Amino acid sequence: MADSSIATRSPVGRRPGRHLLRLVVVAYLFFLVAWPLYLVGSNAFTDGFTSFEDILTDPDVTHALRLTVVIAVAAVVINTVFGVGISILLVRYDFPGKRVLNALLDVPLSVSPIVVGLALILVYGGRDGWFGPTLESAGIQIIFAVPGMVMATVFVALPLVIREVVPVLQEVGDEQEQAARSLGANAWQTFRRITLPSIKWGVIYGVVLSLARSLGEFGAVKVVSGNVLGDTRTATLVVEEKYLNFDKGGAYATAFLLALVAVACIIVVSVLRPKEER
Amino acid sequence: MSIEISNVGKRFADFVALDDVSVSIPAGRLTALLGPSGGGKSTLLRIIAGLERADTGRVEIDGVDATTLPPQKRNVGFVFQHYAAFKHLSVRRNVAFGLEIRKRSKEEIRRRVDELLALVHLGQFGDRLPTQLSGGQRQRMALARALAVEPAVLLLDEPFGALDAKVRKELRDWLRRLHDEVHVTTVFVTHDQEEALEVADEIVVINEGRVEQIGSPDDLYDRPANEFVMRFLGPVTQLGDQLVRPHDLQLSTDSGDGVPGRVARVTRIGFEIRVEVTTADGQPVTVTLTRNEFLALGIGTGDDVRLRIAPNSPTTAVSTPAQRADLAAANS
Amino acid sequence: MTSTAVTPDRPAGDRRPVRAGLPLTRLSGLGLGVAMVWFSLLVLIPLAAVVVTASEGGWDGFWQTATNEQTAATLRLTVGTALLVTLVNIVMGTLIAWVLVRDNFVGKRALEVLIDVPFALPTIVAGLVLLSLYGPDSPLGVNVANTRVAVFLAFLFVTLPFIVRTVQPVLAELDPEVEEAAASLGASRFVTFRRIILPSLTPAIAAGAALSFARAVGEYGSLVLLSGNLPMRTEVASVRILSSIENDNPDSAAAVAVMLLAVSLTVIVVLDVIQRRVVRRG
Repeated sequence: MADSSIATRSPVGRRPGRHLLRLVVVAYLFFLVAWPLYLVGSNAFTDGFTSFEDILTDPDVTHALRLTVVIAVAAVVINTVFGVGISILLVRYDFPGKRVLNALLDVPLSVSPIVVGLALILVYGGRDGWFGPTLESAGIQIIFAVPGMVMATVFVALPLVIREVVPVLQEVGDEQEQAARSLGANAWQTFRRITLPSIKWGVIYGVVLSLARSLGEFGAVKVVSGNVLGDTRTATLVVEEKYLNFDKGGAYATAFLLALVAVACIIVVSVLRPKEER
Repeated sequence: MSIEISNVGKRFADFVALDDVSVSIPAGRLTALLGPSGGGKSTLLRIIAGLERADTGRVEIDGVDATTLPPQKRNVGFVFQHYAAFKHLSVRRNVAFGLEIRKRSKEEIRRRVDELLALVHLGQFGDRLPTQLSGGQRQRMALARALAVEPAVLLLDEPFGALDAKVRKELRDWLRRLHDEVHVTTVFVTHDQEEALEVADEIVVINEGRVEQIGSPDDLYDRPANEFVMRFLGPVTQLGDQLVRPHDLQLSTDSGDGVPGRVARVTRIGFEIRVEVTTADGQPVTVTLTRNEFLALGIGTGDDVRLRIAPNSPTTAVSTPAQRADLAAANS
Repeated sequence: MTSTAVTPDRPAGDRRPVRAGLPLTRLSGLGLGVAMVWFSLLVLIPLAAVVVTASEGGWDGFWQTATNEQTAATLRLTVGTALLVTLVNIVMGTLIAWVLVRDNFVGKRALEVLIDVPFALPTIVAGLVLLSLYGPDSPLGVNVANTRVAVFLAFLFVTLPFIVRTVQPVLAELDPEVEEAAASLGASRFVTFRRIILPSLTPAIAAGAALSFARAVGEYGSLVLLSGNLPMRTEVASVRILSSIENDNPDSAAAVAVMLLAVSLTVIVVLDVIQRRVVRRG
């Protein structure tokens, strides 16, 4: 079906086919994404702003929102530093095992968040993880605490910055960097003054996407957090808890806030992106 | 500031880019590294700049061993074929880059940048971004940027290669004049023999990672060291087992000495006439004449002529029969 | 090559020989070391721990978990639905990419944003979003909550961007002259699509399909509120792993996790082979 209708490109008789395609695509996206998304918004406001007032005055919810932001920001900072660094190494340098590393860096995209959580528990779990008991006796708790939640979030969002920055680095090439070196700039000066400004937009997209992903991480965080009310409960966990406890207003209001941030991130990226195309 | 290159070798995986190259580049001159693409000349330039590290051998700049110095400590100016303009910086900031790195005072930087922009005729373009300049303007900006740090040597990698023919010719003249003004030791890479002959004081011919000949443009043209140099510097034709330039061949209609042949074809290309002659043993030979010479001879297709090499003309022997076949193929 | 094969006025372009990258300097070597330690602690060692834990029970234990009736049912459901969703995405994703690249209409930018929403939206919110249209309070009057259709729908939602986003740039790069040439040679629009366009899109479609499949088999968040997680009916693999973790049975959790990883890996490798084969042939 797609085959015959897709090939409506050549000038003769393209009109009817093109409109049909457009209709199919718009309808598909309307029923799959747009309408459901709209309903979350309208459900959140069925009682006006009361649901929002309720959740924003609930100390457990505000704590969860704060914790979500803290974890997301920490994860984004870590992934940005790591991502930019590893991208430069992958694009500009040669070392044994480069191909393997390149493939491994995409692994987090194909691992279930629940498996991510399981994997971290098996290594850092305080009771019988590989390293957990040792760390715990040294006073460092990772699982059921913030460090584990940050790690889980970093894991799931790991490839995003790299995937944005690597193509930009390749595209920019290394001639500008060589020119800077020949003009007397050292490695750090070259990075700060030349490399970073030229990959700026790639880094910004990567950061925005990572931020959206990190704020919304649910499964992996659920496994490693222990989901303790007012302590390690994040915003996405609040949505689940509210909904399952028949507080639909609270669930929709919290979901609306999260959706708002996610959609804002997407819009920021789509507004920024065309600017860079020359 | 002279450059001394001794026994430099460099390979990329299986590919030998430079094979035991020794060249000494005199101070204050304009030297061309000339050769075909992939012959190793760019690699040599990048080794001088420190952008590439030689596997073996030694590089001295102004008497100082620079073999292992990183590029930022060599004080060289490098101009790239594709300009390597800092796209996010204005023309002024591009030119000022090296001075900012060297932490010169704001006042000094401003003065120096103004001077340089005037020198490269970009005075009114200082606040533009590189993308708002033409190719020729970008390359002049890159030159000003390289000159700003008062480099010991100026290195240019195919500096005009990405420009169209007319701009290339203008910039070529301009580089020559600039060098006469600034007198910095300059090395530029080119695959264009005309460019090298026209601009350079001295030419180093490099092919397949080896130096074929070093000399002035006159030396190279009049006394080519070997068949490669002969062939690379201009058109050649073959008479017997001698390679000779088509304009160094003389034609006559008398029955004196010389190789007998018959005119196969006459083509006029602007001011010159190309006469293709087939010798008695079937060898095709090309002769170029001026229009006046041709008219004085009064010959046409099918006429019998005799071919002679003008006295004191550079010739090289074609060494092996195998190569002769290659040459014939390459000539056709 | 002989020296005589040289043409002096060949434009410079290929003058830089195989210069793949710089050798590591001391600074970059240190950076690589730090990055590798972090990556190992975060990703490699934990994933190795999953595999090691799964194999600790020996092959018998592993086989027992795998053939456990309930586990087998979740795997069948997860993999079957993921395959179905991937097929739908191959058709719809390509179609959407086509419309976004070749068509032009008011509101196209809005569609672009909609495509990325499932990627950025928290999965738990995605579940809630779908529930509001296809759940008990549906304004359409269709209630698929707690059925297998809900699993299909959730997978479809979260995997929407993958094929669209891999196909789109490739389609935009395609030279329309090639299609015009095919048309001028008498190819019908269908033949042009099948013989000219589709082969160039296949690697991108395969890459997107691999991502889409892997994402679907691992999906958890969007199902929590939507599918009811009924054992033997709507329980997917991730949910099964989670309940094993919560029942303090990491061995069986790890066993299912390894199977999930193995399935993802297989599909990724198969699609990679397809991709390479097409590239080589083209």
